[in-house]
Amino acid sequence: MPVLRGWKRWLPWLVVVALALILPAVLPPFRLNLLGRFLSLGIVALGIDLIWGFTGLLSLGQGIFFALGGYGLGMYLQLRSLAPGELPEFFGLYGVKTLPAFWQPFNSPLFTMLAIWVIPALVAGVLGYLVFRNRIKGVYFSILTQAALLVFFNFFNGQQKLINGTNGLKTDTARIFGDLVGSAAMQRNLFWLTVVLVIACWLLCRWLTRGRFGDALIAIRDDEPRLRFTGYNPTAYKTIVFALAGAMAGVSGALYTVQSGIVSPQFMAVPFSIEMVIWVAVGGRGTLIGAVLGAVLINYAKSLVSEALPETWLFIQGGLFLLVVTALPDGLVGWWTAGGPQQILALMGSTPVAPTYPQLDLDPGVLAEKEQLRSVGSQPGGAE
Amino acid sequence: MDLLYDTLFNGLAIGSVLVLAALGLAVVFGLMGVINMAHGELMMLGAYTTFVVQNLFKNGPLETLFPVYILVAIPAAFVVSGLAGLLLEKTVIRRLYGRPLETLLATWGVSLILQQFVRSVSSAFAIGLVLAVVLGVLFPRLSPASLWRQRWTPLVGVGSWIVSGLIGIAVASLLGGVRVLDQPWFSARNIDVTAPIWLRGSLDLGALNMPTARLFIIALTAASLAAVMWFLQKSVWGIRIRAVTQNRSMSDCLGIPTETVDALTFLVGSGLAGVAGVAVTLLGSVGPNLGGNYIVDCFMVVVLGGVGKLLGTVVAALGIGVLSYVIGSGSLLLVWPAMPAGLNELVTFFATTSMAKVLVFALIVVFLQFRPAGLFPPKGRLVEA
Amino acid sequence: MTRSTTSSGSSGATPLLELRGVSVSFDGFWALNDLNLSLSPGDLRAVIGPNGAGKTTFLDVITGKVKPTKGEVLFHGRSLVGRAEHKIARLGIGRKFQTPRVYQNLTTRRNLELAVSSRSGPFELLFGRLDAEARDRVQHLLGVVGLERHAGQKAGGLSHGQKQWLEIAMLVAQDPQLLLVDEPVAGLTDEETERTADLLRELSGDHTVLVIEHDMEFVRDLQSPVTVLHEGHVLCEGSMDQVQSDPRVIEVYLGSETEGEFN
Repeated sequence: MPVLRGWKRWLPWLVVVALALILPAVLPPFRLNLLGRFLSLGIVALGIDLIWGFTGLLSLGQGIFFALGGYGLGMYLQLRSLAPGELPEFFGLYGVKTLPAFWQPFNSPLFTMLAIWVIPALVAGVLGYLVFRNRIKGVYFSILTQAALLVFFNFFNGQQKLINGTNGLKTDTARIFGDLVGSAAMQRNLFWLTVVLVIACWLLCRWLTRGRFGDALIAIRDDEPRLRFTGYNPTAYKTIVFALAGAMAGVSGALYTVQSGIVSPQFMAVPFSIEMVIWVAVGGRGTLIGAVLGAVLINYAKSLVSEALPETWLFIQGGLFLLVVTALPDGLVGWWTAGGPQQILALMGSTPVAPTYPQLDLDPGVLAEKEQLRSVGSQPGGAE
Repeated sequence: MDLLYDTLFNGLAIGSVLVLAALGLAVVFGLMGVINMAHGELMMLGAYTTFVVQNLFKNGPLETLFPVYILVAIPAAFVVSGLAGLLLEKTVIRRLYGRPLETLLATWGVSLILQQFVRSVSSAFAIGLVLAVVLGVLFPRLSPASLWRQRWTPLVGVGSWIVSGLIGIAVASLLGGVRVLDQPWFSARNIDVTAPIWLRGSLDLGALNMPTARLFIIALTAASLAAVMWFLQKSVWGIRIRAVTQNRSMSDCLGIPTETVDALTFLVGSGLAGVAGVAVTLLGSVGPNLGGNYIVDCFMVVVLGGVGKLLGTVVAALGIGVLSYVIGSGSLLLVWPAMPAGLNELVTFFATTSMAKVLVFALIVVFLQFRPAGLFPPKGRLVEA
Repeated sequence: MTRSTTSSGSSGATPLLELRGVSVSFDGFWALNDLNLSLSPGDLRAVIGPNGAGKTTFLDVITGKVKPTKGEVLFHGRSLVGRAEHKIARLGIGRKFQTPRVYQNLTTRRNLELAVSSRSGPFELLFGRLDAEARDRVQHLLGVVGLERHAGQKAGGLSHGQKQWLEIAMLVAQDPQLLLVDEPVAGLTDEETERTADLLRELSGDHTVLVIEHDMEFVRDLQSPVTVLHEGHVLCEGSMDQVQSDPRVIEVYLGSETEGEFN
């Protein structure tokens, strides 16, 4: 991509800031809340892009870290609205009289702010290290992450006495700074917080992928054994990146939780985690902005379709999986940068704008020769 | 002692279903390195086929044959799931050869479509779908050939399919006005398959009580396993499949039609999923989500068993089945009532089906630390590092 | 004749690389069988042998990809057996693969930058910048292999010969003491082959270079001692002329020597 200079370079940022300021004023609270949720999903998508788009590791278990972040914040908010000595309401249903020990630290806002991303990062780091150390990769890695996801789902779903099992934790009725979490004013603040965090995570990912560290990630994707014989230890890189993606998933889950009002084991449902992958695939893996765009677009489409024709959504989603894999391997952003729109225009008969040497690129002789080469190349024997 | 046998028997029965379910997946994975996420949905198709066959036999002229309908359902399920798998291979998987992660995502897409399909399908829906496909296929043949030699031909191709699809949808919604045609065939609710009487009893062997349905499943698994073994070891196509599994490019050079081998393997693997679906109907009611309950377990079998060895698949599936049952039923407590209190609490903690899965997965991860390539790793020099 | 004879007089000094009785079994098939070989610092050595002689396995054993079933591999007198590949690489052993393996989706320059910084950890890559000296080295190497004009191009788009050269440049950029070069001139033109021979000769002296090659003309151009492998065993060692007149070598090649030139 060409390097933009001067005001053009700042234009996208201006647009983002303008939108962030205007949208809360224009959109009804319900829509704004939806947008905030989808944007927070963009953060988990950024993490997936980092590990899949750049490093080539397809994790189907990001829901684990997403939910861990959500539960961290959910537990804090549960405890926050209590009088001293009181227990969250649901404990009474299962006859639990004392707060389980692992709840205690979540009384502290500082600890919670850290736990939201540190715990998922640690879990991801340990899990990743155990898997990468043994050079388990490719589809094996994918299905192991999926199995891990199912395990976490089962655990959280089955433990009523610890974390209210399948019912999850509600967050809407807690108060922060005197405002209900579910109130319109608080939701607007959360929207802005989400925008800021999405940008921060995007910048982080950009910094990670731009330099030699990012090159090493791409090298792992392209040819991991080769990198090893050069003197690099891919296990370290993969573990770091997987932990970072876990941390981002945690932040994303926490933001999503407070904006949707509940965290439940459904965050770890198997289909949801694969859906996350398709956001990145549709947006364009290996392009960071694609991950965020994909998350927002697909989820917006999902909410529209689910409102109108709920039974068709799975067909559409399944079709998207097929489409993006067979026809759009680089996603929308990749298609755009590769000149996709121009190709469509060319098909419809408009003359393409050639960037260089127009007279040569459009010379009938050259075109004829290109055509000839192409037809030769497509014949079985002609490829040599 | 009886309790021990009882536990083993039940574990074996659960493991057998897993063997049956994972067998097809493992054969396909061994050959093509492809993880078929729609494998569970192919099982579901087998289960629904059983349901349809059962309904055919319930009333009408075939009623007297009801006790043996299950014997008809098995080949029927094999054919239905096998053909669905064949279609999947020809249309999707073939295009993605050598891109296992993309295949995984694409087959997941297919699984979503299949799930919603059995929920939504009604006569109107089916007519619309068939109409759309027929129109899409026929349009290139019926339209003037000059349309297909233009620069904008790709747009015509895509456009004709979009138009056919829209016509199909329009016809389907039009027909949907007719009550009879709008009735969904299965709906989103679970369906129950009534087993014939002889599969509802149980066989007593001393104090051991063995439900015949479970015995039947074990027998079915053994028979399928024997058939697959025979097919792979003795038949011409089985030998070709094994040759391609070991060295695809060499087999290609020797004149083995590798594309046909891929298709055939996929057909067999998918057909086996269908047979597994028949077995599942004997264990309880089944629904559109059936696949999701089995697929992750099947993956664990493949990971644990290693690639390309049927023995690995069988041992891993039975191992996971028995272990899950032993832990999940908490029967350790019954066998050893005088357990120390700490251990007792631990066993009780994991004594549910879902918590047993937690523990089994942890054990698998620990196991993989020592044997990353599974129980029976492929021997010899690996081509790739 | 199987004892190690090195032409560059290094009597008494510890060898840089030494293989003692190395055997490798794949499922009962012995790819290497009691292989003994030693290289002194600064040596240039060519290894030839018919197909299936164990040439690639021999490199796999040194670089840690394959663990020897029996025997010892010593580098500076320290055992390499059981060490991870990246640790062996960091000790100063670099390898070029038979088919060129470059990172397709990185530019030529970035491929080299990764190779130059091969001794840094992940955090140095993140927080540190490539120093001026390293950048100069990259620029210099781009010039040496004639890829300056393609520095900003993705390596996947380079021609076969350019990839071969890029990989050799990456190997040099790693600055290893021992370079293991597997078939460096496969698919190169005659002129490129000559230049490769010149480059490898220049490198020896400062570096120790071990070349595996089928192309006999190229091996002759190297003007180095030659080791002949056969069935996982050292058949003989000596100069190209000595080796070519050895009756055993003629027997194993069965006159397929000329054929080798075309492969």
